[in-house]
Amino acid sequence: MGETTIERAAKATPPKLARRIRGLSDRAIAWIFVAPTIFLLLAVNIFPLIWTIRLSFTNFRANRPNAEVKWIGLRNYERILTDSDIWLTMQATAHFLFWTIVLQVLLGFALAWFINQKFRGSNFWTTVIVLPMMLSPAVVGNFWTFLYQPQIGLFNYSVAFLTGADPTSFSMIGDTGLAPWAIVIVDTWMWTPFVMLICLAGLRSIPDSIYEAAECDRASKWRQFWTITVPMVLPFLMLAVLFRGIENFKMFDLVVQLTGGGPGNITTLTSIDLKREAFEKWRTGYSSAYAIILFVTVFGLASIYVKALNRVKER
Amino acid sequence: MTGFLSGLLRLRRGPWEIVASVLIALGVFMLMQPFVLWAFTWSFIVTLTGTVMFIVVSHFPE
Repeated sequence: MGETTIERAAKATPPKLARRIRGLSDRAIAWIFVAPTIFLLLAVNIFPLIWTIRLSFTNFRANRPNAEVKWIGLRNYERILTDSDIWLTMQATAHFLFWTIVLQVLLGFALAWFINQKFRGSNFWTTVIVLPMMLSPAVVGNFWTFLYQPQIGLFNYSVAFLTGADPTSFSMIGDTGLAPWAIVIVDTWMWTPFVMLICLAGLRSIPDSIYEAAECDRASKWRQFWTITVPMVLPFLMLAVLFRGIENFKMFDLVVQLTGGGPGNITTLTSIDLKREAFEKWRTGYSSAYAIILFVTVFGLASIYVKALNRVKER
Repeated sequence: MTGFLSGLLRLRRGPWEIVASVLIALGVFMLMQPFVLWAFTWSFIVTLTGTVMFIVVSHFPE
């Protein structure tokens, strides 16, 4: 009879090391396996977080490493939280966050419901719908810049065709009133397929027998939708909102490529502003405080959201 | 309401989590609202209090 892998590994282990391993308790062996992960977590997540908190109380500038670093207490937080420009940035982020999530959830769910009808060619349409999600945000930002061109852009011509307006009479990324909507449209176009896929997974997890029982009870399609489909897809939908909420809170690449935060500062989201403070103005201490404010906000929101999600799942 | 208050007094997780959640939601609203600057200024303190409270009360008994 041939040797098993474990027996071969035992034979290959040097006797000195084997003696040492035999002397270890189960708990110690468990710690040996877990230790690399804990070390990585500490090095990559926890240490930078603690370091950022420390920096947020100083006037440290990364471009002047030899300058004296002064402890300035809560002054960075005070400056940020009384700055009306940062307040406007927060409002721009809130606008972007709210509308992208609302539109993506509505359109994503509608598309998932449509695809779930299992018509001929549904697999082909699923692939077509999912395509935008596979593209790089830099590519998407670039080609939507062309689509939004007032002179040659397809978007302007489509709107003109539907409304009868002059296509050169408006500029989606040059107008302060339209630019916030321009980024919402592109993000919705790109990420609705993601929400659709999650909703589709939820819809396909509902057993047909539940609908058949509802049919036997003569429940209308409308009632089946509200009492079976929606409650059973809700945990999936909430998960999609959580993912998109966190992602969009730190949205950077797409918006930078599309509008660069302009015109003026109207589409400057918090992540763009933070990057400018940290790597263009080199106010490292200040930007650390900014990052901590954003971190606490996202962490707090995610905590209550995960709690709500668990409650819905239990129900 | 009485159950909620007695839960708070007896340091039960449910009611305290509701208080912490309300504080976080209020803090985030204050941070992103377009109406008054003072609400933006105080938003971080409110969110931080709510978040720390949420972490602490998650360890309270049910």
